[in-house]
Amino acid sequence: MRTMNIGKATALALTVVWAAGCSTTNTTDTDTMGGGATTTAPTTTTQPVTDSSMSGTSMADVKNLATIFYFDFDQTQVKAEAVAALRAHAKYLAANPSATVVLEGHADERGTREYNMALGERRAQAIARVLTVNGVSNSQIELVSFGEEKPVVMGHNPSSWAQNRRVELKY
Amino acid sequence: MQRSFICLFLCFFSLFARAELTVEITQGVDEPTPIAVVPFAWSGNQALPDDIAKVVGDDLYRSGMFKVMPRDNMLSFPSDRSSLYFRDWRISGSEFIVIGRISESEGQLNVGFELYDILKEERILGEDIKANRDNLRAVGHYISDKVFEALTGVRGAFSTRIVYVTAKQLAPSNHRYRLMLADSDGHNPRTILESKEPILSPAWSQDASKLAYVSFESGRPAVYIQYLATGKREKVQSFRGLNGAPAWSPDGKKLALVLSKDGNPEVYVLDLQQRRLTRITHHFGIDTEPSWSPDGQSLIFTSDRGGQPQIYSIYLPTRDVTRLTFEGQYNARGRLTQDGRFLAMVHQNNGSFHIAVQDLRTGRVDLLTETFMDESPTIAPNGSIILYATQEGIRGVLAAVSLDGRVKFRLPSSDGDVREPAWSPFR
Repeated sequence: MRTMNIGKATALALTVVWAAGCSTTNTTDTDTMGGGATTTAPTTTTQPVTDSSMSGTSMADVKNLATIFYFDFDQTQVKAEAVAALRAHAKYLAANPSATVVLEGHADERGTREYNMALGERRAQAIARVLTVNGVSNSQIELVSFGEEKPVVMGHNPSSWAQNRRVELKY
Repeated sequence: MQRSFICLFLCFFSLFARAELTVEITQGVDEPTPIAVVPFAWSGNQALPDDIAKVVGDDLYRSGMFKVMPRDNMLSFPSDRSSLYFRDWRISGSEFIVIGRISESEGQLNVGFELYDILKEERILGEDIKANRDNLRAVGHYISDKVFEALTGVRGAFSTRIVYVTAKQLAPSNHRYRLMLADSDGHNPRTILESKEPILSPAWSQDASKLAYVSFESGRPAVYIQYLATGKREKVQSFRGLNGAPAWSPDGKKLALVLSKDGNPEVYVLDLQQRRLTRITHHFGIDTEPSWSPDGQSLIFTSDRGGQPQIYSIYLPTRDVTRLTFEGQYNARGRLTQDGRFLAMVHQNNGSFHIAVQDLRTGRVDLLTETFMDESPTIAPNGSIILYATQEGIRGVLAAVSLDGRVKFRLPSSDGDVREPAWSPFR
C-alpha cells in the first residue's frame, strides 16, 4: 500500500514536471510563431481607407490604397469593406488602359492543397469581377493562385488563418 | 545538479512512454509475429557501411506485423544451418528466424540469407545476392520484401521509394523548396529539384520512372514531367490560370490534371502521345484532385458541386458521375487502394483534418489519425500503409498509418517543413 502511494506520488510529480515541460515548449512555439509573423510580413501593407478623396487617376492616387483583401473560411465573397478601395483601384486602371495588375489569390492551410489552389483562384476572380464591373478591361488583369503555399503568417490559429486568406493586388 | 537529475528522469520517462505507446499500437486483433533477424556474418576485413540485418529488422518492425527480437537477447549469432539450434530459439519465443552471411571476392560482395520456421524446423526460403558496398541497404529491403511476402502472403513494398517536398524559409522573402526522393524508410534522401517558388503535387508514373508535379518557378503554376534516371524534364501544361493536380493513368499513357483555362477548375485528361487534351468534368463548382481507378476506367475527384468539398467518381466511357462520400462536411483528395476497394482521403471532423478510409463496398468510414492537420494521403503499392503529412509544432512532418489503423509511425524528418509525400508504385 505504502509502495503504491509512493508510486502514485512519483507519477504525480512526474506528471507535473512533464506538464511544466510541455507548457514551456508551448510558450517557445508561440514565440517562434510570433517571430515568424514579423519576419514573414510582406513589404506591402494594408492601409485603412478613411476618406473619399481617392478619386484620382494617377499612380500617386492609388499608392496609399489597401492592396490586401481578406476572406472568410472556404468563402470567395468579397467583403463589403473592400469595395471602396477596389473601386478606387478600378478607377485608376480604367483611366490608364496600359496599366496592368496581378491578383494573387491565397488560402489558409486548412484543407487540401489543390482544393485551396482552386479556392485562391476563386478569390482572385471575385476581386477581378469587382474591378471589371467598374470599367477595368480583362486584359489588364492577371490572376495567379498560390493556394496555401505562401502564407503571410506561420501559425495554426484563427488569427493566422484570417491573415492568410487573402488576395494581394500588385501593380 | 537537481535540475539535471530531473532532466535525466524526464528523458527516461519519455523513452518509457514512447515504448509503451508502441506496444499499445501494435496490439490488436492479430498478435505481431515474433521473428529474430540475426546479424549477418561478415568474413571481410574492412567494416561494412550498412548493417543488413538491422535494415531487415527495422523494415519488418515498421510494418507493424512483426515483433523483432532485440539483439541483446540473442544467445548466439548463427549464420548457417549447422550453427542454428532451433530449440534455443523456440525457448526465446521466436517463431521465425532470418540468418545470413556476407563474403567478398574480387571486390564483389555476396550476400546469402535464409528464412527458417523455428516451430517446424524448416527452411522457408533463401537466396544468394550479388552486392556492393553502396547498395547494402537496397539488398536489405530486397530481403525484407522476400521475408514479408513469404510470411504474410502480401508483396513487400520495402524496396519502393517515396518523394516529398521540403520547404524552408531562409530569409523573410527567400524560400527554398525541394523535391526529394528517398527510400521507403526515409533513408538515402536526394534532392531532385530545387526552387525558390512552391513545388507541389508530385505524382509517380506507373513504371516509377517519371514524376509529374506542379512548380511555380516561372511565377505561375505549370505542370512538369521529370525523368528520374536522367533528370531531364519538360513543361507539359501552362495555360492561363490553374495548372495542377497531375495524376498518371495506370497504363502510363495519359495524365489527368486540373486546368482553369475556361474560367473554372475542371478535370482534363492529356493524352501524352498525341498531346491531345480532353475535358472530363463540366460544372461551375470546383473540380480538382483527380486520381485514377486501378482499371483506368474511372477518375475520382474532389468537387464542391454539392456545396461542400466531397469526393466523386466519373466513369470515363459514359461520363456518369457518382458521389462517393457522404459522411462529414469536408472530404477531399481521395486515393484508391490497388484493389479499388478502399478510399483514403482527408476528412474534416470538428474543425480538424484527419486521414480517413472508406470501405467502398460497405460505406463504412474509419478515422485513422488523431492529429489535427493531416493531409496528402498516399498509399503504399501493396495497400498496407498510408503515408501522409501532418504538423509537429509549427513544422510539417511525414507520418504513416496502416490501413486498419493499428500501426502508426513517423519518418525521420529532414531539414525544414516536410509535406506532399507520394509513394512509388512497384518497379
